[in-house]
Formats: sequence, C-alpha cells, structure tokens
Amino acid sequence: MSSFAGTFGLWMAVFFTFSIFSFLYKDNPFYKFAEQVFVGLSAAYWLVYLFYSIMLPNLFTKLLTDFKGNIILLIPAALGIMMLLRLIPKTQWLSRFPIAIMIGTSAGINMVRYAKSDLLSQISATMINPFADGSASSIVGNLLLIIGTICGVYFFYFSKKQEGFSAVPSKIGIWFLMVSFGASFGYTVMARISLLIGRLEFLLKDWLHVIK
Amino acid sequence: MSSNTHSQTERHIVFLVLLVAVTLPLLFPIGWKTEVSGYARMAWQLIDSTPDSSVVVFSFDYDPSTMTELQPMAEAMLYHAFSRNQKVLAMALWPQGVQMADQAYAKVIKSFPDKKYGVDFVNMGYKIAGIVTIQSMGKNMPEVFPTDERGTKYADIPMLKNVKTLKDIAYANSLSSGTPGIKEWVMAAHDAYGTPVTGGTTAVSAPGLLPYVNSQRQLNGLLGGLKAASEYENLIGQIGSATVKMDAQSVAHLLILVFIAIGNVKAFLVRKRSKA
Repeated sequence: MSSFAGTFGLWMAVFFTFSIFSFLYKDNPFYKFAEQVFVGLSAAYWLVYLFYSIMLPNLFTKLLTDFKGNIILLIPAALGIMMLLRLIPKTQWLSRFPIAIMIGTSAGINMVRYAKSDLLSQISATMINPFADGSASSIVGNLLLIIGTICGVYFFYFSKKQEGFSAVPSKIGIWFLMVSFGASFGYTVMARISLLIGRLEFLLKDWLHVIK
Repeated sequence: MSSNTHSQTERHIVFLVLLVAVTLPLLFPIGWKTEVSGYARMAWQLIDSTPDSSVVVFSFDYDPSTMTELQPMAEAMLYHAFSRNQKVLAMALWPQGVQMADQAYAKVIKSFPDKKYGVDFVNMGYKIAGIVTIQSMGKNMPEVFPTDERGTKYADIPMLKNVKTLKDIAYANSLSSGTPGIKEWVMAAHDAYGTPVTGGTTAVSAPGLLPYVNSQRQLNGLLGGLKAASEYENLIGQIGSATVKMDAQSVAHLLILVFIAIGNVKAFLVRKRSKA
C-alpha cells in the first residue's frame, strides 16, 4: 500500500511539475489547475499545522489540564476570538484591539532591534581603519566599503540640490548602487536556475532514474 | 509574422535552449571546480573551531520550495558539526522546517551510525513568532521548548542538561529562505545575547544579508545559493548534491551571458536601423 502511495505521489509531483512548466508555452487549464491546487493545499496545510502545533499544545491542552494555573491564557484566547469577529460586519470593530496590540508590540520590538542591528552596528562596521590589515586587497576592499557607504547614503540626501562639486559623491554613489543591483540580479539568476535544476533533478533522478 | 508572435517564438527558443543546457550537464557531468569564497570559509571556520561536545543550534527556516539550494548546505554543515563531535539542537522558525531537519538528520546520520538521538542531536520542532522566540531563548530555553518533536520533556533530554539559555549555545546556524530567518538570528541572538551566528540562504536573499558579515561579526560568514553549498562541500572534502549540480548551474550562467550579448547586439542593430 505504501508503495502504491509512493508511486502515486511521485506521478502527482511529475504531473504538477509539467503543469507548472506548461505556462512557459502559454497560459492553459493545466497551469491554472496546478496553481489553484497549490494555493488551496498550502492554506489547508497551514491551518491544520498551526492548530495542532500551536493552538492545541499552547492553549487548549494547557487550559484543559490545568485551568487555574494557566488562567492568564484566556487573555490571548479572547484576543484571538476578537480577531475572528472581523468576519461579522456588526462586531468588526472589536478586531481593532488585537490588531492594535500586535502592531504596538511589533513596532516596540522591531524599533529597538533594528536600531541596534541595522543602524548602530552597521555604522560601527563602517568606522574601520582601512590600513589595519596590511594586505593590498584588504586595504582596497576597506576603502571601497567606506567610500561606497558614504557616497551611497549621500545619494539619498535630497534637502539640497545636488549640482557642481556637491554632485560628485552622489554620482559615485550611483555607480556603487548600480554595481549592487547587478550583483543582486546575478544572484537572482543563480537562484532561479537552481530551482530549475532542482525540478530537472527530480524528473531525471526520482522519476526516470537516468541519473544517480 | 507579427512582432508579438516573433517575440513569443524567441522566448520559447530561449526556454528550450536553457532546458537543454541545464539537462545535459546533469546527464553528463563535466566536473568543473568551484573556488571557495571568503564568506564560505568564515562559516566553515566558526564550526571548525568550536570545541568538542559544544551544543549548537541549527535553525531550519525554510520549506521544500527552496530545498534545492538549502538542503545541501544543511547537510554539509551538519556533517561538519557531527565530524567535530558537536551536539546539534535542530529547530524551525518555518513549519515545514521540521521535516527538512528530519531529512537532513536521516541522510547525515548514515555517516555517523554511533550518534544517538537525544545525546548527540535532537529536533525541537517548529516555533511560531520568529524574533520573539529567539529573544525568549535568550532568557529561558526550557520554557520555549517544553518538549522536543517526539514529545520528550526538555529536562529528560541528556544533551540539554546544561543548556538553559542562548548563552550556553556555542553558535547558531540559520538556514533561511526569508523571514523569519538569518536576520532575526543576527538581531536577537548575536546583537542581544552575543551568540555567534552563521548561516546559509538562497541566492536571491544573499545580497541583502552580506552587510551583516562585517567588522562587528554580526554574521560569521554566509553561504549564498547553490554555489556556496558546493564550496562548503569542497571545504569538508565531500562531493555532495550541490557539487554535482554546479556544472549545470555554470553552463546555464554562460548561456545567459551569451543571451544577454545577443540581446544587446540585436537592440543595437534595431536602433541603428530605425535611425537610418
């Protein structure tokens, strides 16, 4: 039976792979079917998984086994129900409270973390002695880092019209930005080709068994 | 033939040639070598220099859609950690990361038959809330993980006897394809608790995370995409699935360069003709 299930699953995967690839020729019913099955399955998987791995152990089991000890859990439970009341037009306004708590908490946590990691640490990381490490490649790299960071940030300084001498750092900044966009594009191409390789490997290895 | 139909036909030719270019090296491997980058070497050094018996975290923050790139990294790094006799705590900030961890364990453990679940490695399962989970791990890990994926209580897992907070973890390794992932580990584990962090990510995400590999050591190296996975396999002396796939990747990249050149020449000729 497991062998049948395995074979059936394999052929389903092959069918859906070809259905998705068929979009490269043109939009068609097979592609649409595969797309909608994927969306539906993902939503169902998330719902079931979150219920069994989050709601059940963290809320229902705790309340059922030790109600008094976990009475504080009624607060998040109530907030969760209030969120669901968004589906009923008359009680929709109640969902604003859990949303407000979520936004406030997220903003509070992220503000501190981002200020430390993305602002202060990044500024500190640029404040380096470019000549500390004696090697030529390291010195060039450090100088590029410092010049690129300053000129890149300067490009986004809009409070004064950038003309004449003051436009020079901005133009250098554009070059650094262009190089970074090129690198991002290169990485994106690599990622997309990797996905194609993954699917082809599945077809050639798991389905056709022509490669080991 | 209208220009629209002509353009469609050209697209189909590009797809077809790309398909052939990727398929042929998979069928007939070329064996091209990959240079090891400084970023991959940094990640390798962190794992290699971590003492025996240290407890380390492997966070599987991805799902099957990106396993082509991330699973080879996970397996190579796990192999390296096991070969250095480190005790691995696997967890996931993505629901399907749990299965990814199980698959990686199942494959790598074949090379280390003496390793025992609970003593040398463990899977603590999926935890919701991303950065909040990591912050909580910095305060009280048994509270974050009441049981492992199999239902064993935290206190009954031998390898976690002396592990109470992130401070007891030698390093955290996040294999991530988005949010939550490496960024959250850097922010909460390294920048808040000083735990060294390394990781691997998809090629698409790599440029956004590279700034964290800096003089502040927010991130100790980074593996970006399939190429970096093959670099890591090279560093540990293993020919894994990433190394095998790199031939196809390299041929595809060369082909895309040729397409870009052809596209530019064509655009140049069209512009010249329209001016004449």
